[in-house]
Amino acid sequence: MSVTAHVRVQLGSLDLDAAIDIAPGELVAVLGPNGAGKSTFLRALAGLQPIDAGRIAIDATVVDDGDAVFVEPERRPIGVVFQQYLLFEHMSVLENVAFGLRSRGTAKADARRTAGEWLERVGLGEYASQRPRALSGGQAQRVALARALAPDPRLLLLDEPLAALDVGTRASVRRDLRQHLASFDGMRLLVTHDPVDAYALADRVVILEEGRIVQTGTLAEVTARPRSRYVADLVGVNLVRGVVSDGVLRTADGASVVIADATPGDSIAVIRPHSVVLTTDAPTSSARNVWPGTIVDIDRLGDRVRVVIDGPIPLTAEITAAALDALHLRPGDAVHAAVKATDIDVSPV
Amino acid sequence: MSSGRRRGARARLPVPALVLAAVAIAFFALPLVGLLWRAPWSNAWRYLTDDDALTALRLSIVCSLWATALSIVFGVPLAWVLARVEFPGRTVVRALCTLSMVLPPVVGGVALFFALGRRGLVGQYLDRWFDIRLPFTTAGVVVAQTFVAMPFLVITVEAALRQLDQRVEDAARTLGASRWYTFRRVTLPAVRPALVAGAVLSWARALGEFGATITFAGNFPGTTQTMPLAVYLSLETNPEEAIVLALLLIAISFGVLVGLRDRWFGARTAVAA
Repeated sequence: MSVTAHVRVQLGSLDLDAAIDIAPGELVAVLGPNGAGKSTFLRALAGLQPIDAGRIAIDATVVDDGDAVFVEPERRPIGVVFQQYLLFEHMSVLENVAFGLRSRGTAKADARRTAGEWLERVGLGEYASQRPRALSGGQAQRVALARALAPDPRLLLLDEPLAALDVGTRASVRRDLRQHLASFDGMRLLVTHDPVDAYALADRVVILEEGRIVQTGTLAEVTARPRSRYVADLVGVNLVRGVVSDGVLRTADGASVVIADATPGDSIAVIRPHSVVLTTDAPTSSARNVWPGTIVDIDRLGDRVRVVIDGPIPLTAEITAAALDALHLRPGDAVHAAVKATDIDVSPV
Repeated sequence: MSSGRRRGARARLPVPALVLAAVAIAFFALPLVGLLWRAPWSNAWRYLTDDDALTALRLSIVCSLWATALSIVFGVPLAWVLARVEFPGRTVVRALCTLSMVLPPVVGGVALFFALGRRGLVGQYLDRWFDIRLPFTTAGVVVAQTFVAMPFLVITVEAALRQLDQRVEDAARTLGASRWYTFRRVTLPAVRPALVAGAVLSWARALGEFGATITFAGNFPGTTQTMPLAVYLSLETNPEEAIVLALLLIAISFGVLVGLRDRWFGARTAVAA
């Protein structure tokens, strides 16, 4: 049982033509800039945007073929967490979560009991009788998630679930979201413009650019070999996961990254390829991080070159073609990669 | 709005604005004071318990409530169509449906007469086929009042529907709610403050209706003579009674407006994101 979706939609200046499959239990992130058609794709799966052509099937049931078949949103086995959460302000938190059960005909008492269990599960049991207005952004997101999951959908759609939050609460909400998403065994599709969200939450990423899928794979694959300048800028960053303590992030493999001002705990370090300096000899400089490594691949993208390095911290460096020629670098060469601690962004997860 | 902000706003108002506002308040208060000053207090109870006055009052209340109910039943769907359905000529249709707000009510009454009167465009068939005659009947009063009152509800509810974030309705649909269930459980509660405000405005307009009523339904005690008509008539025969009836009408309307408090009119109708 899976989702296969080929969506073609013309909407204003957007020309969306994208096909994405989701395997059972898989979490796919659609990554792309604003206006790429991510949300339209999600709305098509939800039945909020009829497709012009293509075919959407959920669990072998065709729900939209751009022609005669169109299953209304309320008849699709889906749950949606919207970017602004869109909770019903005139209902209590409990009634919000019970809504999907009530609208499908569950008796009031049963719906309220199930909704109460969901609120307990997301840790908001004591807010049951409150209005959504009384919740913080992170709490509202958990209610939106509980509301979407309570009717037991087969496919959960999340539209920029972290974009409405300020930077301070994002990390902890992301961590909660990852836990709750892990406990849901259905298929999940996440739409985001933030590679860190995709890396922290998704099994696989699909890069959408101006209505077309430009690349798909694990984020590590996409980062190492972005197929366009554009993807390189968007997601072609090095993401290093580890635990921060005393200003150092340590990976599971035992490598360490010196960083500037970060809170202790599980984190992802973001190292931009153009911040990586390559030298043939071990450098003496102000860079706090110097890792020896071996060049495994060199990828030319116009005047810029992406150099993939294997070492204690696998890295992609971006240098100019002129610099590459000056250093006579080739695959298999030993190099040193240096990065200033202040050039590394750290996001707790 | 917090009381602190309100105080702050008042403190910043320039003096000329305060003076002009005071003049405006006096302008509304003075006629009322005039009536109270001239009221024949010693005979007031007698006029109020007069059979004709009570009949007119009862008729006014019954007809205005009917007109309000009809305005809601037809006005909410109309507001919905105007707010949500894109169709050519929507601007023209909206203008047509709110025309009676700006039309002199007497003109409205005459127009109704030519449409629904016994020789009217539709009225002749109502008469011939269904034996229904609206002019000079209590039903005619309700029709005339609905005609002038419904636009108040329509524009209020339409504005609220436009402000409402439609994505909230989308969210309901993805939660298994049909269009009708979504309308009942999400849309309608979200615009309820506007609906209440619109209904009250319609009711107040219907209660005070004079011109269209007297033109279309006439002035028959017991069937079509509502309070405003009774006030007007007694002004010629017994001014004292007119004053007492006018005060009663004012008291009812004033009581409702005060009872509704600011929040029905000031409440945010949109669902916060």
